[in-house]
Amino acid sequence: MVSKEISDSVRSWKFLIMVAIVLLTCLGALYASLSDFGEAIKGGTADDDFFFLKLFTHSNGSLPSYIVFISFLGPLLGISMGFDCVNSEQNKGTLSRVLAQPIYRDYVINTKFTAALMVLSSLFLALGFLVLGFGLIFLGIPPTADEFLRILVFSVISIVYVAFWLNLSILFSVKFRQTATSALAGISVWLFFTIFYNIIVNLIAKGLAPARFVNENQVVKFQGFIQNLMRFNPGQLFNDATTTLLRPSIRSLGPLTTEQTIGAIPSPLPLDQSLMLVWPQVTVLIGGTILFFAIAYTMFIRREIRSR
Amino acid sequence: MENAVIQLKNVSKKYGDFMAVNQLNLSIQQGEIFGLLGPNGAGKSTTILMLMGLTEPCDGSVEVCGINSTTHPIEVKRKVGYLPEDVGFYDDWSGLDNLIYTARLNGLEPKEAKARAAELMERVGLADQKDKKTGKYSKGMRQRLGLADVLIKNPDVIILDEPTTGIDPKGVQELLNLIVELRDEHQMTVLFSSHNLHQVQQVCDRVGIFVDGKLLAEGNIEELSKQLFTHGKYLIELGIDASFKNIPDAQVLENMLTSLEGIQSIKKEDEYFEIECLADISSGIAKAVMDADYKLRYLNKKEYGLDAIYNRYFEGGVSHA
Repeated sequence: MVSKEISDSVRSWKFLIMVAIVLLTCLGALYASLSDFGEAIKGGTADDDFFFLKLFTHSNGSLPSYIVFISFLGPLLGISMGFDCVNSEQNKGTLSRVLAQPIYRDYVINTKFTAALMVLSSLFLALGFLVLGFGLIFLGIPPTADEFLRILVFSVISIVYVAFWLNLSILFSVKFRQTATSALAGISVWLFFTIFYNIIVNLIAKGLAPARFVNENQVVKFQGFIQNLMRFNPGQLFNDATTTLLRPSIRSLGPLTTEQTIGAIPSPLPLDQSLMLVWPQVTVLIGGTILFFAIAYTMFIRREIRSR
Repeated sequence: MENAVIQLKNVSKKYGDFMAVNQLNLSIQQGEIFGLLGPNGAGKSTTILMLMGLTEPCDGSVEVCGINSTTHPIEVKRKVGYLPEDVGFYDDWSGLDNLIYTARLNGLEPKEAKARAAELMERVGLADQKDKKTGKYSKGMRQRLGLADVLIKNPDVIILDEPTTGIDPKGVQELLNLIVELRDEHQMTVLFSSHNLHQVQQVCDRVGIFVDGKLLAEGNIEELSKQLFTHGKYLIELGIDASFKNIPDAQVLENMLTSLEGIQSIKKEDEYFEIECLADISSGIAKAVMDADYKLRYLNKKEYGLDAIYNRYFEGGVSHA
């Protein structure tokens, strides 16, 4: 069944279109970062030893960088793969036929998820390595082991992030009978988080902003509060996680006071430390993914399957 | 009964306040073609879904081949082939591929699956269309493919939910013949739901009439008419001319008619009689009229077939029961 689902999704038009868009934007991003790469590596910051990571994060200003593209298009890819997976089968009348066969009902939804995840994983790993390979050709130096691992972990986190959206859209596809409804629901959630959520948080921040002369503890508290608000947004979590991984010099995601930074040597963090830093973010993403899948699963198992 | 293949006991299913199936008892024997006859929304499909374990009954027990469908649906699905109403296929696959997929879901090896699928395509008369995409199949072809799809697991029981809707008469005929042939070859048990009376009459050994979630009557056609028409099978309308007689209310004739054999009841209104009887005794009635010296105006015989049964229950609803 998994192989059928994979071939189904790979052959479908919407997937081809999405892949084409992602590929093109990635190439664009790669071009943007390479075009003035010489400039980028001249500066004297702590990140400078990590040429390859710069490929993913740097941009010449005309086009966004690779990670920005992924954080923007990843959800769309996930939604497009999941939004019609259950209800289109139902509308075609194939669901009741498949369920009349001696298979467990959860096979259906499990395969939907596994197949989509496998396709996505191979896509993202391939993209990551593609960028890496181009980097090799253009830069002429091989990446260090640390860089390579970071890129690998980054790819895995991207997959988790897209899987999160995939599951959300699978949930909608179980919930709504019309494919259009579930697609719109998925896209509207995505739009809400990419555009409106930031606006709302900004409004709250403005309203609650402390006066200029309060003590610094209060300012730190306020900053922390706003940041926590932002972290309800899965996109924000993803950005936090990936930028930390790809910019080893980032040492904290919250506000730091001057006292805390005094004495710190501005050197890059080792990979395990970076991972520790983003672990909460990754956990939340995985947790959300599992939560949505669980909801979709129970809804599907308890559903009565009518023909059409 | 001893070896009932399908056994429903006191099964009820409620959707909110709506009673879809109400205290249903039904048993179907091995090798029988059972017709579930009822208007739309009578609970036929719901009953079938419960048989397949695709929905849970609120009350009562459902057993197929001695296995409880509610708790062990997988075992039931291994033995039962189910053709849903308006079956769907993966449109961009060929008919053969669709069958192979089902076969694989039933645990057949790829080679075996392919051979069996090809064989069944031939059986249902789609051999020359097997590589065509199912999206381009006509309705009749889809139903035949659906039947092949059901047969691929070599079932003991097949359940067909309104298999004949939307097919032209010739297609219906072929499909029905196929069903009967299959039963004769493999001694399969067939449960066949329909709202089309004539098709049911044609192929089914026994029929259950289903209205508003209740099984009103079951049995073969003869038993049904006996069960449903306690008043007799024929209704004869008789009109006479009694105006020239001294006793215009024709009491004499009524007495004479009552003595005839097979008469069940007589309703009289001046010169008009409604006589219900078990056999066709119109000639006897005519003779009685002559013997009593009345003029016969008209004699009209109405036969109660399944048609009448159908109309009686489906148009009148439960009030007649």
